[in-house]
Amino acid sequence: MKYTKFYLLGLIFLMGCSSSEAPVDSAVESKIFHYGNGTEPQGLDPHIVTGVPEHHLLLALCEGLTSSNPKGGESLPGSAASWDISEDGKVYTFYLQENGKWSNGDIVTADDYVWSWQRILTPSLGSQYPDMLYYVMNAEEFHTGSLNDFSKVGVKAIDDLTLQVTLKEPTPFFLGLLSHYSTWAVHKETVLKHGSIDDRNGQWTRPGNFVCNGPFNLKSWELNKKIIVEKNPLYWDSDMVELNEMHFYPISVEMTEERMFRAGQLHVTSTFPSSKCTPDIKETNPNIKIHPYMGTYFYRFNTKNEALSDVRVRKALAYSIDREKIVETVTKCGQIPAYSFTPPGSNGFLPDTKIPYDVELAKELLKEAGYDSGKDFPKLEILFNTSEGHRKVALAVQQMWQQNLGINVELVNQDWKVYLSREMIGDFQVSRAGWIGDYEDPNTFLDTLRPNRGNNKTGWENPEFDRLVALANATLDQDERYEILMQAERLLIDEMPIAPIYTYVRVYQLHEDVKGWYPNILSHHHPKYIRIERD
Amino acid sequence: MANSSSLWSDALRRLLKNKAAVGGAFVLLILFILAALAPWIAPYPYAYQNLDLGASPPSAEHLLGTDILGRDLYSRILYGARISLLVGFVATTVALFIGVTWGLIAGYFGGKIDTVMMRIVDVLYGIPFIIFIILLMVVFGRNLWLLFIAIGAVEWLTMARIVRGQVLSLKNQEFILAAQAMGVSNFSMFKRHLLPNILGPIAVYATLTIPQVMLLESFLSFLGLGIQPPMSSWGTLIKDGVESMEEYSWLLIYPGLTFTITLFALNFFGDGLRDALDPKTSDN
Amino acid sequence: MLGIFFRRVLLAIPVLIAVASITFFLVRLAPGGPFDADKAVSEQVLKNLNEAYNLNAPLSEQYFDYMSGIVVGDFGPSFRFPGRSVTELIMTGLPVTFELAIYSMLIALLIGILSGVVAALKRNTFLDYIPMSIAMIGICVPTFLLGPLLVLIFGINLEILPVSGWGQLPGDKILPSLTLGFAYAAYIARLSRGGMLEILNQDFIRTARAKGLSESMVVTKHAMQGGLLPVVSFLGPAIAGLLSGSFVIETIFQIPGLGRFYVEAAFNRDYTMILGTTIFFSFMIVIFNLLSDLAALWLNPRSRDT
Repeated sequence: MKYTKFYLLGLIFLMGCSSSEAPVDSAVESKIFHYGNGTEPQGLDPHIVTGVPEHHLLLALCEGLTSSNPKGGESLPGSAASWDISEDGKVYTFYLQENGKWSNGDIVTADDYVWSWQRILTPSLGSQYPDMLYYVMNAEEFHTGSLNDFSKVGVKAIDDLTLQVTLKEPTPFFLGLLSHYSTWAVHKETVLKHGSIDDRNGQWTRPGNFVCNGPFNLKSWELNKKIIVEKNPLYWDSDMVELNEMHFYPISVEMTEERMFRAGQLHVTSTFPSSKCTPDIKETNPNIKIHPYMGTYFYRFNTKNEALSDVRVRKALAYSIDREKIVETVTKCGQIPAYSFTPPGSNGFLPDTKIPYDVELAKELLKEAGYDSGKDFPKLEILFNTSEGHRKVALAVQQMWQQNLGINVELVNQDWKVYLSREMIGDFQVSRAGWIGDYEDPNTFLDTLRPNRGNNKTGWENPEFDRLVALANATLDQDERYEILMQAERLLIDEMPIAPIYTYVRVYQLHEDVKGWYPNILSHHHPKYIRIERD
Repeated sequence: MANSSSLWSDALRRLLKNKAAVGGAFVLLILFILAALAPWIAPYPYAYQNLDLGASPPSAEHLLGTDILGRDLYSRILYGARISLLVGFVATTVALFIGVTWGLIAGYFGGKIDTVMMRIVDVLYGIPFIIFIILLMVVFGRNLWLLFIAIGAVEWLTMARIVRGQVLSLKNQEFILAAQAMGVSNFSMFKRHLLPNILGPIAVYATLTIPQVMLLESFLSFLGLGIQPPMSSWGTLIKDGVESMEEYSWLLIYPGLTFTITLFALNFFGDGLRDALDPKTSDN
Repeated sequence: MLGIFFRRVLLAIPVLIAVASITFFLVRLAPGGPFDADKAVSEQVLKNLNEAYNLNAPLSEQYFDYMSGIVVGDFGPSFRFPGRSVTELIMTGLPVTFELAIYSMLIALLIGILSGVVAALKRNTFLDYIPMSIAMIGICVPTFLLGPLLVLIFGINLEILPVSGWGQLPGDKILPSLTLGFAYAAYIARLSRGGMLEILNQDFIRTARAKGLSESMVVTKHAMQGGLLPVVSFLGPAIAGLLSGSFVIETIFQIPGLGRFYVEAAFNRDYTMILGTTIFFSFMIVIFNLLSDLAALWLNPRSRDT
């Protein structure tokens, strides 16, 4: 048994070996940024992926025609140096960067964009974001198969560095839309070398094959461990880029990520455990960042349900939710009570709608609808996907509705996929929902509640609302446009097919060495501005 | 065969000498009583939350503290006992039913029937059941009865093997041959001659299966596939406890302790039973 | 012995086919498909996606395509990670799970055999009761309770070991291996104790002692070979159990192994991944059961089991 000691020691040693200096400390010299990135990215093909972790990577690896302004506001030049917009707002002419290059040295041409948009609009590719480009003339027709000739779609290469886009309507938020990765270009030769134009499983995104036009290049990709990108010297604005490398870690458990941050392993985390949020968190934790995020947490009403088809019932339900209490005692991480569907501050849009916490009024409305003090009101079910956070909110709302209105509420949680499919087929009464904006404009929210929108799911189809939103999209003057959208928002809140609860915030930790990281409502943090400096 | 009543009293004597087993039985008895009386003795309903209170350590109002939603832990553990024990017993009964029947038929009839039946058991043995249970739960949702059946369906295989083995060894005994010669019906054979004599091993195995089943249920609940909240088994309580163990360690410790003690008791009792009924494998 | 070997291999084939087939149809029964997402997928796009993965073809056709693919080792593309094949994903997760299983097994063997042998030698003394009671802990405390408890003590209160990850922070492999290993140590302790007790009572041991051999010689050279036989038979199912049971540990400690892949695939309805991992696990279980039965037979030809 004397060998046992050696045996045990050896075992522990084997399992315990690792390095010594904390990564954030050595990063001051090496300029390597350590990014806590949530879940493992599905992939790196901008025309196929759909998530936020993928977005963070794509922001480093590729670039679109425009780039969202990290401080908010007007779009900045991306791979397009400048652009002209026609009088009627339907024709955009983009002048690409003269020294815009792909990471293999090829010049980024207008043709690249034409081909790329054809790619994402090719039905057999199965992209989940083709509707970003539906504003382009004939794009939707090409994607749905009613048009087979791509040359009829409103995007043309006038010459190598000039791209002309023709829209169906003067879409005022088109430039903002272009910062979404689904509209970005991919390198034609590379894609075709490793698969066909519509091959979802093409191998062009592997390290060694990957070519794109962003500030960084793909260096290595170890599944479930780490993705490394390194500075791309051929990027047109590479003088601006100060980081040498970025390491992206897929850490899906909040607690682990939090500990890794404290151990000096990460510069930034993707989230923060809500159980650690306290009212004075900003004082106790100097690394905490809490920013408004362009997202709304709300409850959907199935307006096809007998009781919920009555707008008075819906308003009664919405007016008896104490939003202040929920953000203070349930979510606790600095969320903001929401009194509109579109988050306030989205590109300067400030909805003036109100949703009072007025129990008396709610009771009145319920009585008018025929359910005095909740009598005869059918049992209401709140559907949500399994998550402690959602459960807590649902429990609070359940208690408020039961107490304030005297109605019977049941909570039903299902796992993610089941929840989604039930929502899609309308098998629910009230369901928890969240919507994050794809680009900085109220349209990304209001559009979803138009009739015939897959994301509507409420069964609410209001022709006036539809007309207003369509009209706004065709209006060039910003103030006029916002006036119309305001009317739409007011109509929405007056009809209450959904009950907004709170506006999302991004809560995460950022190391004090990180500079050039600006909070913005879409939470786009362009790697090209990030610097690591220790004071 | 020896006079069965003295066999049982011998066994009982041995059992009572085994302090661990007696202790285990005692604990189990208390547990059953508490679980049965839970709706009357629990200070709070298990779903009653007190959001303003939130999680709080043990105090006068809440013997074992409260969880994040202000629910009384002591009450939830009591109600959890009902669920966990229910799952344990029902699922084991399902396993028992299928396993014993299968084993009896295979062992008694022998020949081709036996071969086919046991081959099926072999094939099923090779399937990683945990994987299927997970899939079943995902596919059909969190249904309590489905849970019982799924768990029972996993555990019956070993029971079948044991019963078959026992039947095989009994088959050639004189009293069986005599009964056959007298023309006793098969059903009667099972009921009056075979079953009483294999009751011992069945009881032992059943007692040892219950903790397995409870472990399996709690494991599923831990993955989020078992009992649906707000109803809770000990498994879900432990899961909740793990999530908040850094700040509110009592949420993990008390349910964990209760669960462990119960399993200990079941195992000690089951071991004691086995040793009592089969002196060859005991130490004395 | 060869006959038994071949018979078992032959038996394994219908098992694997049954497993694959049942899983194939079971996953498609689940509500919710692989492409359901928060941002609703339009009918058009859904049709395109289903086309791309051949999900619009009749079920029987899909089934035959899939089964014929498996025979040549092609488990298809992952639904969740476009561009990656299921085989590739399995190969990424496998070494991790395997490493975890090996470390756990070593710990289990060390603690288990030691406790069991000592307990057998010092029967009915404290050195018997204490190790056996500790072994009981491994049986009675579920891994998902033991793990977090160890984390609470060593990771949070004492702060000497990391609480999760595998290869990310120094020493993060210790707690998961210890947790998993302890559970199996318990069974191994009981088996070795039982086995040793049986052997130690036998005549040839008494002869060896009478001949004047030292106790340690008696134990190690004569008793253990036979006494540890039950442990050897148990090894197969144990390793197989470790592999498939690892997903609790992998979930608790956030280890990117095959077990966690499986659970996530089930939740995400990644059909091909579910199928691939299920078949793979079954295959491993069959192989390990076979190997350990063979080892047991080889060590003691008398213990033949029908």
